[in-house]
Amino acid sequence: MIALIDYKAGNLTSVRKAFGALGAELFTPERADDLATADAIVVPGVGHFATTKTLGPEWIEAILARVGEGRPLLGICLGMQWLFEGSEESPDLPGLGLLNGRCYRLPSGEVKIPHVGWNSLDFQHENSIVDKVEDHAQVYFTHSYVAPVTGDTVAVTTHGEPFASVVQRGHVAGVQFHPEKSGDVGLQVLRNFLSMVA
Amino acid sequence: MLSKRIIACLDVRDGQVVKGINFEGLRAAGDPAELARRYNAEGVDELVILDITATLERRRALADTIRAVARELFIPLAVGGGIRTEADAAAAVDAGADKVSLNTAALSNPLLITTLAERYGSQAVLVAIDAKWEGDRAAVYVRSGSTPGHRDAVDWAKEAEDRGAGEILLTSIDRDGTKIGFDCRLTAAVSQAVSIPVIASGGAGTLDHFSEVFTAGRADAALAASIFHYAETSVRSLKQHLRLHGIPVRL
Repeated sequence: MIALIDYKAGNLTSVRKAFGALGAELFTPERADDLATADAIVVPGVGHFATTKTLGPEWIEAILARVGEGRPLLGICLGMQWLFEGSEESPDLPGLGLLNGRCYRLPSGEVKIPHVGWNSLDFQHENSIVDKVEDHAQVYFTHSYVAPVTGDTVAVTTHGEPFASVVQRGHVAGVQFHPEKSGDVGLQVLRNFLSMVA
Repeated sequence: MLSKRIIACLDVRDGQVVKGINFEGLRAAGDPAELARRYNAEGVDELVILDITATLERRRALADTIRAVARELFIPLAVGGGIRTEADAAAAVDAGADKVSLNTAALSNPLLITTLAERYGSQAVLVAIDAKWEGDRAAVYVRSGSTPGHRDAVDWAKEAEDRGAGEILLTSIDRDGTKIGFDCRLTAAVSQAVSIPVIASGGAGTLDHFSEVFTAGRADAALAASIFHYAETSVRSLKQHLRLHGIPVRL
């Protein structure tokens, strides 16, 4: 079973529905202990980085323990930002620290912030999370903060400046866009995650 | 580069898609789930379901219609019409809406914008503004365009943004259903005043009308209903036309 972490950052219906369309059933753990049986973990989320504080030390410990055992982890949107060390949006709140770097607000100026709409994934290198996805495929974004481009960046997207839109290190992956709202391309990314699950 | 979005609007009454001219004289145009499937296959970027008579008749947006449309749809879905309270919004979100569109209720109770933005995030809160020109001023109208809102559209858009709205859905009452083109002057005035995306609505009749609203009108997205419902124009051919004119779209 795949655990879908509910920390009250937005609505999980559409994420559950998209995985359901691919035949995957997700459960929502009520306590961190419930993660013990999880084959994989999905951290969704929209909104402010501060909402991740709902996930206290016991959750962080349980998630890191599962990842340490080799269980795949997928972060979506805010959930992807949480994989990093932290965010400018809530400077005192640490992230999971599985990926290096801190998230920051996209500079406005020529472009409107928030970044809302369909934009392209420009591949930096290949990795399993974007298997069968074409370079420059378009996906749906809605966010103001972004993760930095690092060695873990699989794809960048440009809105004023490039940011990391897909990341992967081993069995830890993250997408800044919403795969559950990105049509066939989004469903393929979720399918790729499912194929990482043993 | 961020694409300009093409949004199809399903004006729904009693579970059926209808489309009027200047908000009056409705005629039936089809089953919402069937239309949603067709638009999705054609590459529409987003769908809006508006329960157009909900405000007048004090009915709530039809959860069954939302569920039927959301079932197979993996693109953003916004729902509006008669959303007056947090509970109305929650019902729409629980049925599968990604965004709720507030119109009359936002103007009479602007705190609702903030309440919903705090609960679901700003990306889930669309403020719909229906406006028409009165001399040099774009005046806001509510209750499906029937009642003056006693507000200037540009000022109201700015206030909505400050209160937590994630997008503005701007409809020109003068142009709605006329097919003579979007109101680029109105759209540009609002788009330049706010930093959140502005969706232009009302008046689409030809492919060039869309090019105009994305350039002169500075719109981030354009919404249309009747031009797509009666298969006068497919979403795909519209997007091909826009790409030829140098406007970034998802194809």
